[in-house]
Amino acid sequence: MSTILEVKGATKRFGGLTALLDISLGVAEGEILGIIGPNGAGKTTLFNLISGAIPPDDGEVVFDGERIDHLAPYVIAERGVVRTFQIVKPFGGLTVFENVLVAAFLRRSDPIEAAAHATSVLEYVGLGDFADRQSSGLTLAGRKRLELARTLATDPKVLLLDEVLAGLTPTEGAEMVTLVKAIRDGGVTVVVIEHVMAAIMALSDRIAVIHHGELLAVGLPSEIAKDPTVVEAYLGKEFQIAPD
Amino acid sequence: MIRLRQIAAASSRDLLILLGVVAVLALMPLGVSSFTLSVATAALIFALAGIGWNVLSGFAGQFSFGHAAYFGLGAYTVAVTFTKYSISPWLGLLLGGLVAAIFGLLTGWISFRFGLKGAYFALATFALAELLRLTFNNFDYVGSGVGIAIPLAGGDSWGTLQFENTPAIRYFVALGLVALGTLAVIVIKRSRAGSRMLAVREDEDAAASLGINPLRAKLGAIAISGFITAVAGGYYVMFLMFIDPDLAFGPFISVVILLRPIVGGVGTIWGPIVGAAVLSILGEVTRSLVRDPPSFLQVIEGVNGLDQVMFGLILVLVIIRAPDGVIGLFRRFRKRSSQ
Amino acid sequence: MRGRSRAAVWAGLAVLVAVAVPQTAWWDLNHTVFAQAVVSGLLIGGVYSLVAMGLSLVFGVLDIINFAHGALMTITIYVSYLLFQNYGVDPYVSLVITIPLMFVVGVGIQRFAINPVMDAPVHNQLLLTLGIAIIIENLALVLFTGTPRSIELAYARNEFDLGVVNLDFPLRVFGAVVSLPKLIAFLVALLLAGVLYLLMQRTQLGTAIRASAQEPEGAELVGIDVRRIYTITFGIGAACVGAAGSLVLPFLFVSPTAGSTFTIIAFVVVVLGGMGSIQGALIGGLVIGLTQELTQLFVPGSSKFLGVFIVFLAVLLFRPEGILGKARR
Repeated sequence: MSTILEVKGATKRFGGLTALLDISLGVAEGEILGIIGPNGAGKTTLFNLISGAIPPDDGEVVFDGERIDHLAPYVIAERGVVRTFQIVKPFGGLTVFENVLVAAFLRRSDPIEAAAHATSVLEYVGLGDFADRQSSGLTLAGRKRLELARTLATDPKVLLLDEVLAGLTPTEGAEMVTLVKAIRDGGVTVVVIEHVMAAIMALSDRIAVIHHGELLAVGLPSEIAKDPTVVEAYLGKEFQIAPD
Repeated sequence: MIRLRQIAAASSRDLLILLGVVAVLALMPLGVSSFTLSVATAALIFALAGIGWNVLSGFAGQFSFGHAAYFGLGAYTVAVTFTKYSISPWLGLLLGGLVAAIFGLLTGWISFRFGLKGAYFALATFALAELLRLTFNNFDYVGSGVGIAIPLAGGDSWGTLQFENTPAIRYFVALGLVALGTLAVIVIKRSRAGSRMLAVREDEDAAASLGINPLRAKLGAIAISGFITAVAGGYYVMFLMFIDPDLAFGPFISVVILLRPIVGGVGTIWGPIVGAAVLSILGEVTRSLVRDPPSFLQVIEGVNGLDQVMFGLILVLVIIRAPDGVIGLFRRFRKRSSQ
Repeated sequence: MRGRSRAAVWAGLAVLVAVAVPQTAWWDLNHTVFAQAVVSGLLIGGVYSLVAMGLSLVFGVLDIINFAHGALMTITIYVSYLLFQNYGVDPYVSLVITIPLMFVVGVGIQRFAINPVMDAPVHNQLLLTLGIAIIIENLALVLFTGTPRSIELAYARNEFDLGVVNLDFPLRVFGAVVSLPKLIAFLVALLLAGVLYLLMQRTQLGTAIRASAQEPEGAELVGIDVRRIYTITFGIGAACVGAAGSLVLPFLFVSPTAGSTFTIIAFVVVVLGGMGSIQGALIGGLVIGLTQELTQLFVPGSSKFLGVFIVFLAVLLFRPEGILGKARR
């Protein structure tokens, strides 16, 4: 599997605070990469960096062999790297269908084609029955699904999911996990930020741990779970995992 | 598949409504006085101006408090090209639209690149209209404060767009322009450009995350918006046969333009027309009351400004109670009765 | 330290200009006109500051951009005019009536018209206040017709012997003419500005207002009735602009649109000085007054608002938070 997205030595400072320090991370095409770390570790900042919301002070972001750092967010999205937001941002005044239609127009200029695509995406994520509802009237789970549907309608190559499970009940969360797996199986590379440990461990092919803006560890979920530095970061020095 | 049929149905529904509205309005010249016809023509002109405003402020969400800038540019373009270069007003309308679109693109580019949004953008549009007014007031080429008068060609002439003998034709041309404007808006709203305008209105960051260039969407909106409103302004000159800076660029005009879509329903296709209809009816009722009041209202006879007070009251009431305008009320009523 | 050294550079430049310019030939020819422009600009600037302070206060606390601000001034211009014409009440004395009156009017407007749209999108708020302005101005038109009127103060051209100094109005200062009404307007405006400042900084009410502006939820939590504060603040803002109305009566034409020019100017001043900053409104008012008068000097024949609008656009583009403002929107 080739590396489709790569962050090379990315650093980001906000005034005196170093949010990210020399992060180098590669995402293999077709994998699900999970990113975990304590609150404030810099995970969303990393997403902001990749998606173009903020430029890195140092380092590069490379997608499909081309540098995308310092490009405008809409350019990066158009290239195929699309993100969701931690706090969902539906187009409140539009219906569910209209929300997805907007995204469908990225690769299709004909209104009929775009509408057809939007409809099929809505069916795929399970929002088909809600198409004509006001998006502001959806439950949180619905809105998260809508956000996912929107990104899918752009035919992305890489999907950055920022805490899609936050605020969902276990049942809703499980459905979301199934959906994300299906999306990956459909050919989309997925990078997931998540706090729900069980879910992300089960979902991800590999896991990267970020702490205090630095990359602590990268590896298989089973390796990460046993990594002493990771455990220390989460639980403190007093806790040690017994060697097996 | 059902969805596609629904969309096709919605579009043809809009077109059918348009046909119906045009048909009904086309009947108007039968049996009304030429004065009423004049009022109706003016109402159509400002409805068209409002249709233009609605594209930028309703669809794209960038509220403009100075749309008189485009209205006036359209008006002056027609006035100047006709009186000084004998260019046909039809062409003048197009030229005026282009001038306004270019003005919108330039000022819009500067405003949006500098991140002007919301209230700041609205204030900037207001300042721009005022700046145009003050500039034209001192600009000898366009007659300064005296303005430009269109010489009467006498009789009816399609070439010079004057219909002294048949005000009905003047009315029909205005109706035709409104129909074209509405058609354009119908097409835009379901198009990619229109969808992007709506997205940018709702949430610029989310729109950008879906590959939409917010600047481009806004600029597209401003160009279309300016073009349509300028055509209205251009036709207004041929209707009034006169233009001066206050009439063209004054804050009063900006208010008149935005009042119609607001009362009718911002961001809807039919809002400007509904609003224009409501306001001109109310305006005429008030004005005739003032001209010839019943005995118990004798005190208001001949009083100046009463209709404006009423418009102010309407604006206040609409904003407080029905910010989505008449169409919004209608939708709410329909939703409630279907529950 | 960086801010202070920057201010020092500006001050140094200003001193340099003030010393060097009088040496030029241009000065020899034009200094009277120039002095007149500066003096007139400062005098009217004081009134602008007062008007703008009310607007800035309302924006800082309620986050409302009040398009009806100048129309409120129209109310007091007419009230003071009527009091003068019918009862011989001196305009400056009428302040005793107009200030409380406008406070009440402001409270009423806020409670019944503004409150419902406090959480509405900003353009709705703009439209609402615009509607109120239209109502007020056209009511004035209906009640008083559009004929401009004016008053003449009997003592405007008198001599005042203050013991230490003898003031013969109109005064001549550096060759510029200073009329008594304009001087009084300037001084009273600054006085009221000072009162407002003290109110905001030294009283409990002022602290409550500032708290509500910065952190409405926090203010609620410590027991401040934020809704009531909003109402009071709007009343104070209205009182400020209302006071300005009585002050300008002696030298301005009375007409339904008399206040509306002040709305526009107040916006420019507030944006220049920084939305929500009272000190900014003070400085901004003086700057805009000067801009207005100096533009007419350097670009003869133009409207006095030409320079003002250019400044407005420049500020909106390059420094929308103004000189001293807090970056809000």
